[in-house]
This record gives sequence, C-alpha cells and structure tokens, in this order.
Amino acid sequence: MQSFSEIDTTSKRASKAAGFAWGVAEEVGKNMRNLEMFGLPGVKNLNLYLKKIKKTPSEKPKKIEKKNKPQSKEFCPIYCGTVFLDNCKRLESLKLIKFFNVSYPLLFLPFLSRASDIIGKKISVKYEKNNFLLNFDKTIFSNNINNSKIISKAKEISIEFLENNNLFSIKEWKELYRLSEETFVEETDSSKKKGAGAGLTDND
Amino acid sequence: MKKPNINLREPSMVMKLSRLGSFHQSKLSFLRSFIREFKSWNYKRDLFDLNKDGHGTAVYSFEKKGRSYSLVCFAQHIKPEERSDRVIATKWDSAFVLHDGTPSKKDIDRLRKNVPKQEVGRVTYKELTLSRANKSVRAFDHVVNSLSIGKQPDKELLKKVGYLYRTTAVYGSGKFGLADRFRIKDRKEIYGPFRLEMMLVYLVRQFTFDQVNHIAKCKNSKKAVMLEENIARNLGIGNSTGLGMAPFIVNHPTLLHNWIYCREKALKEIRSIEKVDGNDFNIFKSCLDKSKMNIDTWLTDSQYQINKIDSLKLDLSKFFKYLKNLNSEENDYLWNLVYLWAEQNLKEECVEYIVSLMMEPYDSIIEPLINKMSSEEEKYFNIPADRKVSDLKKIIEKNYKSIIEIDFKDKNSTSNFWFISKNKEEPRVANRYEERGSDLEQPLAIARDIKKLYEKLTKNNQKKTIANFLLSNDDLRHVVRRAFIVEKFPYSEIQDNTIGASLVPIDMLRLKLSFFGAVKFDPRSDKWLRINMYQGAPLPHEMKLSKDNWVYNSLN
Repeated sequence: MQSFSEIDTTSKRASKAAGFAWGVAEEVGKNMRNLEMFGLPGVKNLNLYLKKIKKTPSEKPKKIEKKNKPQSKEFCPIYCGTVFLDNCKRLESLKLIKFFNVSYPLLFLPFLSRASDIIGKKISVKYEKNNFLLNFDKTIFSNNINNSKIISKAKEISIEFLENNNLFSIKEWKELYRLSEETFVEETDSSKKKGAGAGLTDND
Repeated sequence: MKKPNINLREPSMVMKLSRLGSFHQSKLSFLRSFIREFKSWNYKRDLFDLNKDGHGTAVYSFEKKGRSYSLVCFAQHIKPEERSDRVIATKWDSAFVLHDGTPSKKDIDRLRKNVPKQEVGRVTYKELTLSRANKSVRAFDHVVNSLSIGKQPDKELLKKVGYLYRTTAVYGSGKFGLADRFRIKDRKEIYGPFRLEMMLVYLVRQFTFDQVNHIAKCKNSKKAVMLEENIARNLGIGNSTGLGMAPFIVNHPTLLHNWIYCREKALKEIRSIEKVDGNDFNIFKSCLDKSKMNIDTWLTDSQYQINKIDSLKLDLSKFFKYLKNLNSEENDYLWNLVYLWAEQNLKEECVEYIVSLMMEPYDSIIEPLINKMSSEEEKYFNIPADRKVSDLKKIIEKNYKSIIEIDFKDKNSTSNFWFISKNKEEPRVANRYEERGSDLEQPLAIARDIKKLYEKLTKNNQKKTIANFLLSNDDLRHVVRRAFIVEKFPYSEIQDNTIGASLVPIDMLRLKLSFFGAVKFDPRSDKWLRINMYQGAPLPHEMKLSKDNWVYNSLN
C-alpha cells in the first residue's frame, strides 16, 4: 500500500510534469492525499486526466459566476478548483453555482471540500447522479462511494453552499434537553450564596 | 542595574546560511531529547539470531505501559566491492526498520524480504522508520580481531573513526510505504521531531556493539573478551549525509521556523536572567571545558571545515580569557553580557557554539520548548487569497529585505539549479549554465522567485485581491503561499540565495544536523559530509540513570 505522503509527492510531481505550475501541483498533491484518505479514487482520476491533457489541455475559468460555461470543449477541474478556492469567500454569496462541461469532476471536489472548511459551511455537490456532501474538509459523504466508475466529464456540476441550520426540530431538541436536565442537582440555599458574584454589590 | 532591552534575534541575521551553517548541537537537539524522553522506558534485546560471521536477525525494543517500538535488524554478507555509502548503493552490511509494537514471526519474515532491499522493497504502515548502514571496515575488523584475542581495541584508532557503522540514510514519514506521520502524531512520547529516527539510530548503535562481541566470541570462544563499556560508550554511529537534507528545510517552512524559534526563544530567556546562579554558571563552564577536548579531536580533511575549526579554537581561547574576569555574582544579566561580548568579538561559528552551551544549565527553559518543535504544516497550506496585493507586497518588503535587493540578472545569482535525480530520486544541485536539466528545476529557488513575485506585485493594482493576482500568475503560486507563511512564521525562510554561485550546500545540511544533535562535522566536499551521532551517549542499560550532559563526556 502506498502511504499518503507518497501519494502527495508523486501526484505533485506528475502534475508538474503534465504542465501545471509548482504552486498548483502542490495543491493537487494535497488534494489527492485528501481524496484517497476519504476513500475516493483520486489517483485513478488524476492519472487519466493528466494523460488526457498531455494531448489536449483544458480550459481555466477567467472568473467564476453563477453559471460557468467553457469557451472551448471542457473546463479543467484543477484550474476550476484553484480559482474557486481562491475566491470562495466571495462566491459564498452566490449560494448556487453551476459549471458546465468539466473534465474529471472528482478532481474538483477536494478544492470545494477545502473551501467548505475556509468559509465554515457545508457544501453540496451534484453531477451525473452523484451527490456529495462536503463537511468542512473533515469528511465527504457520497451517495455512491463504492462506485468505481470513472466520470471523465460532467455536463453540469451544481455547487450549493448550505446554511448552518440544525438537522433537528426545536421539539426534538427540547426533549433531549429535558433528558439532560436529569443530570443536574438542586442547589441548596447555602451554596447559592457562595456562587461566583454572590454576596457582593454589582454596583461597585 | 536597569533591565536591558533583550529581543529575539532578527530573522535577517539568524537565517543567513553562514549563521545557520555555524549551528552546533544543544540541549534542544533531537537525539538528546530522545534519551531524556525514553530513559524511563524498558529496553530489551528480544531476539539475537546471528551466525558466526554476525549475519542474521536481531530485534531490540523499548516498552512502556503496553506500548512498544521494536528495531528489527538484518545483517548480511556483502563483498568489499559492493560496499558503498552512496545513496545509489543497492546492498548494505545491515538494514534496519523500526516496527510499531512487537513484530510477529510473520512480520519479521515479511520484513526480511523487503528491508534489506531498502528503496526497492516495500514496508507497511506498521513500520515507522527505515535505514541501512555499512561497517567502518577498519574499525569493525580491528575491534573484532582485538576482542577475539582477549584484548581491548586500540583507542587511538577508534578515536580517529568514532563508530563501527555508518548509516547512509534514515527514512520516515511515509517513505516506501512507512506509516504517515498523522497515524502516530498524537503519541506524547514522540512529540519532538524525528524522535523515531533518533530511536532507530540509537538502537542500531547497540546492535553494532552486540555484533562485534558476538563475532569475536564465535571466533575464539575461550579467549574472547567483551568490548569495555567505556570504549563502547565513546563510539557513536556515523552518518554520510548528502543533499537530500537540503530541500527538506526549504520544503518544511513552519517546521524550520519552530526549530529556530525555540532556539531563539531559549537564548532570549537565558539572556534575560537577571541574577545568574553561580552553580548554573559553573555548569556552563564545565561543559565548555569538556567540549573543548572534543574540538581538539575533531578531525577532517576538508579545508573549509579546518578553517572553521581553527577559527573556533582561536575564538574560544579569546573567550576563555574573557571568562576568567567574569563573575556571576558581580554582574547582573551575565548571559546577556556574555552574548553581546561574543557577538562583538567572535565569529559566527564560536558565537553559536556559546549560544548552545548557554542552554546547558536550564532544563526549566528548554524542556517546555521541546514539544513545540514539531509542526502541523497542513494548517498553513491554504493561501489567504482574499488579502490585497498591497498586503503581500508589504510582507515581502518586511520579511525578504535582503532578498529583493539581489540582482538576478547577474548570472552568478542563478548559477545553480536543484533537481531530482532520475536514477535514485534524490535531490541534486548542478550548474545551470554547464549542465542539462534546468527546465526540470525543483521549486527551491525561493529567493529568485520571491524577487519575481515582488516585481510583479509592484506593477499590479494594489487594491486587487491575491485571488485576482493568481488568476494570471500560476507560476508564482508556490511563493505566494510561502510569503504568507513567513508573515506568521518569521524564521521559516532562509535569508539567502539558494541558487547563487557562492552557495555552500553543506551549510543547509549542517543546520539540520545540528538540530539532530550530530557532532564532528566532516565535509567530504561542498555537497556531502560525515558526522557522528550518540558519541558519549549512555548505553541502553545506563539510560535510566543517565545525565543529559553526556554529550560532553566523550573521550574521543
């Protein structure tokens, strides 16, 4: 088994060899480490993508808007990723962003996962019947994590910033809270007098 | 006396290669902190299955509260013509791996098939560090022959060599399938950097003693004697270190910062002591006296190092004269006086030597710093791309002052380039204008790229964001990241040109080796050197009662 450190180093060097600048290659190395750690086939996708762009380089977005279409055939997932990551704080206000025709979309994912960590919001990503929930770069949930089918192009990727909302109702919370109260002890009058701030005037 | 104004030394001063290349081992060094940490662990030789020639398998372990680390050693026969310290070698006298826990028979069989092959073999996440070593044939054979006829070896010969084996590389952190650092980073006993690498080397040292004793006994069971412990204690493990270490310190900026920062913080705190205790001053003087003996036996053929040693000796004699008139009771802020005098009167080599020795009396200052010498590098990887171009420009002006004054149009400023060799995947440096391959240059020309970044930023709209700047400047992304790191970690960057004609790569190696705790730097060229580790260190059964200043007890 390859270590994550080997995956990082080799992915970085391979990306540089395929034409990316060192700084971008460093991002790819870190991303491949993350994808593989999350149990997603990063190395497999990267290998295929780097082979592909040796023949036909794909496009870097000039800026990111609500809807993004490449001027050529396909967007590069790595350049989409760096631009998205660098601009993520601004992009958050767009709420829902779409990219069309992106090569090997899985390679875009770790950039979005890191963006989720930077802005402190979960991000939902959908393409080609694949749904991913990115949780602050700590985990990635997927509806078909065991699917080894490689998607070489996503016709449409939809990226949604999720608001930090509870996943439970107030009623459910209150019920749980009431149960937690059963660990509390009723205070005596004497202990009330000894609590922090007790006995002193607060008007000093 | 009024409290003097004592600050951390400026990175622009400390991070110059000539200064970093003058660093010496100290109480902060990793091999010393390893012994302090593991002295309370239980040492055991679990297996020693060698034939009469000393070939076979051995296992050594440290254990405490149910956790153990085991060194698995494989010794084999190699022909003299196969013995090479070069990293390109494919066979070694012995190969070693540090296993996490107690290896099963199945583990040992698996490791036997892979560890002796080193880079060509594969290990697993159950293994932590990996190394190989060759005998110093003249020392090894002499010791075996002497012991086998009932005599102790010639101390003069051992003094010249200083070890029985030389390691040629010690690998960790995920190399060749070894465990990634994240798997073990929360274990308290290995908070200090390179602790498991230090453990491997320490246990290898014991293996070398056991091996000579064993072969001598097999050779002549009636007459053979054991190597005296006093002699063994004064033998370390040699190491041939090449350029592989140099990129490490460039590629791990926050780690580098933490090492240097801890050293600087220790110095600042020591200089700030108002009343220096007489006993503490005596500890300093005693270590200084003993260490002087070590310098006298520091042998090298390198003119570069001979000059450094001569300058150190000359400066130390000046320093001894100065010390004679110094009294800890009469002088407030004594260490500050000592330091300021040294800076004014001595060269960097000796100043840094004294700085290392000043730490000796102060466990209470040093010990809390040891655990701060590692780094969570991942945390600082993301570029704060919402910052403005003007912010980054200011960061560079503040932190790379001398770098942006270098003229990179001058060919001398760009004469070298760093690359990874195809045959052994090792870093190398070559002349850009005489050798091929500069188009595959590694991103280690930080000074040149920072200057380029600075020039581009200067021409850019200052109000724009870094995200906007990066849209059309991918080629500078690696140095944009570094510049934001240096803003938070001011000692993270070497303040010199690592591709200039005057580059002495071994200065970069020496910096790292001094933090390891290596002694007797012996450059064999400007690109590699030999060193000694653990010379004078307690033997494993002595660890529990050992004192930390063992490094000054070496007789060699």
